[in-house]
Amino acid sequence: MTDSMSATDNILDIRDLTILFGGLRAVGDFTMSVPYGGLYGLIGPNGAGKTTVFNLITGVYKPTDGDILYQGESLVGLPTHRITQLGVARTFQNIRLFQNLSVLDNVRIALNMRAGYGLLEGITRLGRFSREERLLTERAQELLSVLRLEDRQLETAKNLPYGEQRRLEIARALATEPQLLLLDEPAAGMNPTESEALMELIRFVRDRFNLSILLIEHQMRVVMGICEWITVMDFGEVIARGTAREIQSNERVIEAYLGKRAGREMGVYAPSS
Amino acid sequence: MDRRRQFPTWIPTALVGAAIFVAVQYTASAGLISTYWYRVVQIAGIMAVSSLGLNLIYGFNGQFSLGHIGFYAIGAYGSALISKDYASQWSGGQFLALSWVMAAQLGVLLLLFITRVARFAEWQRRVREALDEMLRPSEATVLVFVLMAIAIAVAVGVSVVATFYFQQALEALLGLIWSALGENLGQNVLFALALLNGGTMAALVAYLVGLPLLRLTSDYFGIATLGLAIMIYTALQNSDMVIATMKGARGMVGIPNWTTWGWVFGVLAVVLFVMRNLVHSSAGRAIVSVREDEIAAQAVGIDIAQQKAMAFAFGAFFAGVAGGLYAHLMSFLHPSTFNVVKGFDPLIIIVFGGLGSMTGTLVASAGFAVLIEGLRVVLPQGFEDWRFVLYPLMLLVVMLLRQQGLLGTKEWGWFAAPRPRPREDAPSEPQVVEES
Amino acid sequence: MKRSALQVVLRAVAWALFAAIAAGVVGLLVYLVGLNGPVYFAQSLVDGLRLGFVYALIALGYTLVYGIVGLINFAHGDVFMVGAFTSYFAVTQYGWGFVPAILLAMLVCTLLNVVIERIAYKPLRNAPRIAALITAIGVSFFLEYFTALKFVFGPDFITYERPFEVVVWNVAGVTVTNITVIIVALTLLLVFGLQYMVRRTKLGKAMRAVQQDKDAARLMGINVDGIISLTFAVGAALAGAGGVLYAIAFPQIWTFMGLMPGLKAFVAAVLGGIGSVPGAFVGSILMGVIDVGVVSFVPAGSRLRELFAFLVLILVFLAKPSGLFGQTQVEKV
Repeated sequence: MTDSMSATDNILDIRDLTILFGGLRAVGDFTMSVPYGGLYGLIGPNGAGKTTVFNLITGVYKPTDGDILYQGESLVGLPTHRITQLGVARTFQNIRLFQNLSVLDNVRIALNMRAGYGLLEGITRLGRFSREERLLTERAQELLSVLRLEDRQLETAKNLPYGEQRRLEIARALATEPQLLLLDEPAAGMNPTESEALMELIRFVRDRFNLSILLIEHQMRVVMGICEWITVMDFGEVIARGTAREIQSNERVIEAYLGKRAGREMGVYAPSS
Repeated sequence: MDRRRQFPTWIPTALVGAAIFVAVQYTASAGLISTYWYRVVQIAGIMAVSSLGLNLIYGFNGQFSLGHIGFYAIGAYGSALISKDYASQWSGGQFLALSWVMAAQLGVLLLLFITRVARFAEWQRRVREALDEMLRPSEATVLVFVLMAIAIAVAVGVSVVATFYFQQALEALLGLIWSALGENLGQNVLFALALLNGGTMAALVAYLVGLPLLRLTSDYFGIATLGLAIMIYTALQNSDMVIATMKGARGMVGIPNWTTWGWVFGVLAVVLFVMRNLVHSSAGRAIVSVREDEIAAQAVGIDIAQQKAMAFAFGAFFAGVAGGLYAHLMSFLHPSTFNVVKGFDPLIIIVFGGLGSMTGTLVASAGFAVLIEGLRVVLPQGFEDWRFVLYPLMLLVVMLLRQQGLLGTKEWGWFAAPRPRPREDAPSEPQVVEES
Repeated sequence: MKRSALQVVLRAVAWALFAAIAAGVVGLLVYLVGLNGPVYFAQSLVDGLRLGFVYALIALGYTLVYGIVGLINFAHGDVFMVGAFTSYFAVTQYGWGFVPAILLAMLVCTLLNVVIERIAYKPLRNAPRIAALITAIGVSFFLEYFTALKFVFGPDFITYERPFEVVVWNVAGVTVTNITVIIVALTLLLVFGLQYMVRRTKLGKAMRAVQQDKDAARLMGINVDGIISLTFAVGAALAGAGGVLYAIAFPQIWTFMGLMPGLKAFVAAVLGGIGSVPGAFVGSILMGVIDVGVVSFVPAGSRLRELFAFLVLILVFLAKPSGLFGQTQVEKV
């Protein structure tokens, strides 16, 4: 058990997080924090281990070493669904919707925790069922309307265009009433206009729902545009931290993305190194 | 917005149901159909109940179980033992079997309750963590194993003792109830209890076996459940070693012939009611989410292990009750009825009807029973064996040409999901930026 | 100070438990050997090995196909049956010798399996796994029942006449026949041949490549469909040989003879770690020994064989689904 530290202002504290897959050190000595209400970014070249960090936070993988503290409590060893119930929600890099179910059902499932009626009432349709089911449905519809998907509620999820599928995934994550939202490449596949709208959406969602957000993203304009603080990873380790401006001129970051030669060409390194 | 209330869907469905009931009941009692075909219709209903159970497990929850016949068998033999006791007191008492069965189930529930209340899983984790810091993994494993074994042994001991007391109390209670109810009503109540217990026994076995096995990936789970069904079959073949009246491979006789079309239809109606309401409730949506994407389901807070175990138990319950009806229809049980090959019948039915469609299962069950029996009549003597060549061919045709089966996931009438009502008030808050 | 004292105590307890378990296992073995005498024990061991070798031939087919296409070829046991029947007809109807009969059986089974693969499994290659498994089950039943029809093989048990004389040796009280020797020799030959092919030849390399990543293999110019068919063919050839050997050892054949051995061989493959050739071999030996062991030592064991076989399966699934030699797969999320 890690010794208890004084309560921090951070909703998320990751300390020396490490995971080994056989001989491969996918994430090593990773340390990062997200304060309450923060909109933070996690970037790095492909294969850096960013999604692995998300998987570690949400309990999909169990770390070999290190700790993950959510509101001061350790998440390590807890099953994924428990972690979500505690208030950590996520979206997936490759969109994992319930493909054959309706848009509305995708969100209603996420509201299961607050169903308000039990199995017996569900089967017999007595007691609180009618009222609670209607409230649940309305809550789902409200969430959909915030994300402009309400008129699509009866569509099958797999038939939605790509951008709407991404919004649906966010709506579904919000339905679990999280306090920390982990977004995994939400702008993937979007053109500049769509990314702009997404940036607006993320800021809006953070303010409206009083969340803290940690974002993995490749599109630099999105990251630089909305993230208050950015952590950069490469080969499973942190190589830099800072504001958007600081990161943009950090030589290690440039080297990680573009290689040493590019760094030299950009005049960041002295010619002889 | 279309504000008109929809025509309640249950009305046409109830009418069709009533019509079917009356039609069969009338033609049977008026002698318009032979006893042979009367039996076929009842078998169709029984198969529907069992297949609905498998559809819940596989079609709705996505768990490929090949062991369904095992639960059917547990229900059949279990309920038969109870009613045979009442009729001919094979155990030495009229309610001995029933009271023991109920007491044993209560004992198992008590055991589960103890392990849950005492939070065995939690303690195991904590002890494991503490030991991992001090010892090597293998040493920690053996210590944890032994500690848990001791803890479970204590819990089991308590449950076993409690079971004895439960049994005494139940036997006395049942005797009292019977003297109050009288012969006729008493018999019907007993039949209901026998069926119910057949179902709950199957459900308990399913839950206990399911908790560890449902962690397996789909094809492994299929083979594991197949193995389970074979184990149950082998046990039944040799049951005379344990309970003489079950007579093992020679077959159990003397089961009272209590099943009627009324009972079959009644059970089917209740099962449909329960299943339909379950599927269209939050629990049902959770069950389906497990089929769609387990990882996503966990990510939205659903305990998939619990959902799988629950669906598995419900499905097994239906199979157990169906087995009970079967036992009291044929008055005779032979283990060969519950072999692996026959066990594919419900799978064939739900694949044909459509995985995830209750209506499809109903239609396919009727078609299947009629087809199988009909073929027996129509085909000349020597060609009867062709039936078993045709089943797999039909299955192959469905798999290769139309995997979703007849109805896919479509439902008719009351079985379909109620259409959600749109919200009455228009959204008043500022919306997010338009996408171009 | 206190902590390390506790550590010492716990460690001592743990080792005491290890010792107790070891003593228990040794005690059980001593008891079993003493129960009916060491000769009886050795005999059942030999018989178990013999059965295990036959299971190995079937299990290898399962493990190869599963490793490459991820399909549990349920019909594999029925291919085994066809092998037995083919050799039966060759020997009794046409007077063939032992070796030609085995070769014919292997050839027929190979063709059969390739045809099955092309018709039933190939169309479902991109379908969910379960669809392919259901289809495999359908194929299995079809083979069993179709051949049971009177104009094919018929539903009855047929006694198999061995195409050579049985020679019995008595080794320190244990009965060993030339059948056992043939089975062991032939199986080892085939298994080593297979392992050589998979590890040392270019074809084997292609097979392993397809197993790792079909699309990458295709991009490297490997004829993936051909390799898959080849895998089914090799597996079938082994099973066909297994069928002949089984019929020679237990000379009663019928069209449902493949069901149980097939399932038990599958359990063996899982026990050893499905996808691994040495695993399938080791698992099969264990299964054979356990199977015969149950018959020899458990009261009424011959009636409870299946129960124990599947108990092994359930235990493997509960403890380590990847088997003895397999590796746990981590799903990429």
